Amino acid sequence: MKTKHQLAVICTMAISLAMSLAAQAPQMPKFRFENFTTANGLPNNHVFAVLVDGPRVWAATEDGLAVYENHAWKTYTTKDGLAHRAVLSLALDKNTGDLWAGTMAGLSRISAGRIDTFTQLNSGLSNDVVYGVSVEGENVWVATAAGGCRLNLRTGVWTLYNERNTPMNEIWAYAVAATPTKVYYAIWGSGLLEYDQKTGRWDKYDDPDGENEMVLFKDQGLIHEIVTSVSYVDNIVWAATYFGDSRYDGRYWHNFLTKDSGLPSNFTNTVKGVDGTHAWFGTDKGLAYYDGANWAVYRPSLQDGKPEMTVRDAEGRVTTIAVTSAPAHNYVLGIDFDGDDIWVATAKGLSHGIRQRP
Amino acid sequence: MSQRNQHRNRTAAASALLAFLGVSGLILSPGLGRPVRAGEMRPSVESISYASPLEVLLSPDGSRLYVLCQGSEDIRVLDAQNFAVIKKIPVGAVPRGFSFSPDGAKLYVTNSSEDTVSVIDTAKLEVVATWKTGAEPSSVVAEPGGTRLFVANRISNDISVLDAATGVEQKRLSAGRGASYLTLAPDGSKIYATHVYPNPSAYRTAPESEITVIDAARAVVVDRIPLHGIAHAFHIDFSPDGRLGATTGYHPKNLVTLAHLEHGGAFEDTITLFGADLGRTVEVPLDELERYASQPFGVAIAPDKSRIYISSGGSELVTVIDLPRLMQYIRLHPGGFAHDLSASANYVVTRIPVGLNPRGITLSRDGRRLFVANRLDDTLSVIDTHANKVVSTVRLEGPKNVSALRHGEQTFYTSRYSFQGQIGCANCHIDSTFDGLTWNLEPDGFGRNPVDNKLIEGIKDTEPYKWTGTNPDIPTECGPRTEKYFWRSEQYDDITLTDLSLYVRSLNPRPNRWKLIGHEVTPAQERGKAIFERTIDKFGNQIAFYNRCIFCHSGPKGTSQELFDDVGTSTPLDNTSRLKAPPLTNIALTAPYLHNGSAKSLEEIWTIYNPQEKHGRTADLTKDELNDLVEYLRTR
Repeated sequence: MKTKHQLAVICTMAISLAMSLAAQAPQMPKFRFENFTTANGLPNNHVFAVLVDGPRVWAATEDGLAVYENHAWKTYTTKDGLAHRAVLSLALDKNTGDLWAGTMAGLSRISAGRIDTFTQLNSGLSNDVVYGVSVEGENVWVATAAGGCRLNLRTGVWTLYNERNTPMNEIWAYAVAATPTKVYYAIWGSGLLEYDQKTGRWDKYDDPDGENEMVLFKDQGLIHEIVTSVSYVDNIVWAATYFGDSRYDGRYWHNFLTKDSGLPSNFTNTVKGVDGTHAWFGTDKGLAYYDGANWAVYRPSLQDGKPEMTVRDAEGRVTTIAVTSAPAHNYVLGIDFDGDDIWVATAKGLSHGIRQRP
Repeated sequence: MSQRNQHRNRTAAASALLAFLGVSGLILSPGLGRPVRAGEMRPSVESISYASPLEVLLSPDGSRLYVLCQGSEDIRVLDAQNFAVIKKIPVGAVPRGFSFSPDGAKLYVTNSSEDTVSVIDTAKLEVVATWKTGAEPSSVVAEPGGTRLFVANRISNDISVLDAATGVEQKRLSAGRGASYLTLAPDGSKIYATHVYPNPSAYRTAPESEITVIDAARAVVVDRIPLHGIAHAFHIDFSPDGRLGATTGYHPKNLVTLAHLEHGGAFEDTITLFGADLGRTVEVPLDELERYASQPFGVAIAPDKSRIYISSGGSELVTVIDLPRLMQYIRLHPGGFAHDLSASANYVVTRIPVGLNPRGITLSRDGRRLFVANRLDDTLSVIDTHANKVVSTVRLEGPKNVSALRHGEQTFYTSRYSFQGQIGCANCHIDSTFDGLTWNLEPDGFGRNPVDNKLIEGIKDTEPYKWTGTNPDIPTECGPRTEKYFWRSEQYDDITLTDLSLYVRSLNPRPNRWKLIGHEVTPAQERGKAIFERTIDKFGNQIAFYNRCIFCHSGPKGTSQELFDDVGTSTPLDNTSRLKAPPLTNIALTAPYLHNGSAKSLEEIWTIYNPQEKHGRTADLTKDELNDLVEYLRTR
């Protein structure tokens, strides 16, 4: 039997070792997460998207569009003119300050409290199930269950994009990212579509291995056909699929899988690039951050639900970082940034990650 | 003899009668209630360019009066003391609004028919630039920093934000429907926009409009003040301290059967007050029990907050309100009194008769003089605000004779023919267009046949009229029907009716904004046209004649002028399902659609209200193709 002294020495050594390893781990952003649920004002815990709009934070929930301002929540519902109670996607028109909300039954514009709703019955919207929306210039780009479409706010003209005029084999459009140069559509089962704003031409990126889950050659192309989310920043495409994620610089692809990266799960709901090197991923097993070499994962532990942060360095060494809070749930559906802070939409609440400095 | 030929003969006969009466000098001033000297009226049907002063402004130093003359399409610069004309500056087509730059060095003028702003150098008194805007720009203001211009676009329902140095459009802000009048708050922080058409609302619910509030520095919409029950709002003015705003508006009674005009049965003429002095909006009636301030338009608050002045285009007067008494009355009636026509006796000081169709008004800096632009007799009324009297009437240069067409226009806008002077044609045809409302008219039966009010541009030669086609021509539509069912009062004499009909027939469609320059079509419009004209459906089947778009909506104006038995849109409230195919002129502007206004958009005509395919073969169309059809219709 070890003496108390021996135990103390062992503990001290273990702590020193842990501290030493922690000290060696790459410095990854650390957060204190404040979580919002129905218990503190959110209308529903199922949060599909989040958007930071200056002093306001918008949460797309299953039971209305909630806005957090001055430490209080307010919810817009169908009584206020919202197209449907289940809000799936959000986009801000930075020019006008108008918010666009995609719902299960149409697209709504929230403009200084007035809500205008566009549906497949009262407008040129291609389909009422609006999974994604993005605003660029005077165009609102929409991803729906029946393809994509674009509303020109100046002319009021709707242009539909589907299997008849694009290389979209399937028309289940899950997400859209519009920029002045390119527009990308994430298509469920039909890869990634690229629209060149200058030429008006479409291009398509598919999984070279076809519609199966095999990866014959790493980094050969898009990781999978079931694309769920896309982000385009600094001329870099970040694409999320249900079977891994991809980064594309216009020439080379780089893919991320759990087996060869710090991604906590291949089942990825959302990706949001910070820039061409850094990106955040929302998976079914937690929130992940990639800084170009290292990974950090933030989540309630899969084993005991306790707050957990792990860091995986470029060599694959994993370090656990002591934290006291985690996102509300591992099933992450939406991400947005507020300076150094992060907001996370999850299946069981909305989380505000407040950046902690050493 | 066909209806059309009968109508032509009637018109010719009326013209001959006019000619005879004019030559013999026997013409009475029809509807003006006073005899007219021979020669004052010329029985002419041709268009004469009258000045038609719509708006008036004083230069910042008070030395000059600027008058926006919509008819002659110029800005008249007058000496503010002796009213001598200093210069006449031609601007663009159908100018509608104007304002000064913050330093007064520029005057910006919106040209509503050509979608531009003219920039006038106020030192040189000439146009130095012309900038593009949205569709039908109706007013303009510059933000205090002088870096941006804001332009309200009536038919694109938005506000253009222009670079004030280059005129380059930076962005568009979503406004309400019919964005038309912009006012800068006294502290320069906010811009307020009003709208001449109601926002879309649920079927047969009270109209709603809004005051759109824009942060001038950030150029974003920050608030929308609801105007419940108001369908058409016009100018806004603020007290100099910025704590009280007032806007004029029409409050229609379109949800109840239009069975009488007593007690404001058709409209209430109101101003809505808002701002920090009240902390809420308060709708204030201008009418009295048996006298109305019809078609309120311009508004000015005295610098010392003692008075509010309101011009009423239909009643041809200026209402003077004692503002402290009004504020006291508001405090004593916290529950509101918008529908109490006895209320105005508590705060209306007087009503000052002015010229025909008074519109824009402006106060001198000291509040001693009020200038009123009388659009339809080419005069300015100068009111001494202490005496509450017109002390001078300035006649603007222009034709002295009143043509038949001009007389018809005067008749269209005046409210003097209706019972107690409550309404005129222009109440429901805002600026000779439409009103975006559905009405229930008594002759069809109480609660029966609610009808959408249609656009009257280009209705010449599209008889018969009414949705049910029961009026064979314009004189019948404008004469017996209007007199009996709307005015419930004085009948027009033959000449007045003929002139009114001439005016209505003269209303040409405004330029279609969906057509490309040179009349080229977009690919979507071209595809839509093919669908409109198709005779075979996508399965190769012949489409029955009556179910082809182009069969019922044939001809240049999109109407075969025929009645059709059942297009599947009738409801239990309708007395008949036999309806006339309406013209398609500028159809994009005139929501709601169908005879009862049930379709809120063109799309809904087919996505919701054509389940049996009686209103065209459309069930075989994809969503893309329906969108194409809509894009083509917008070019009509």
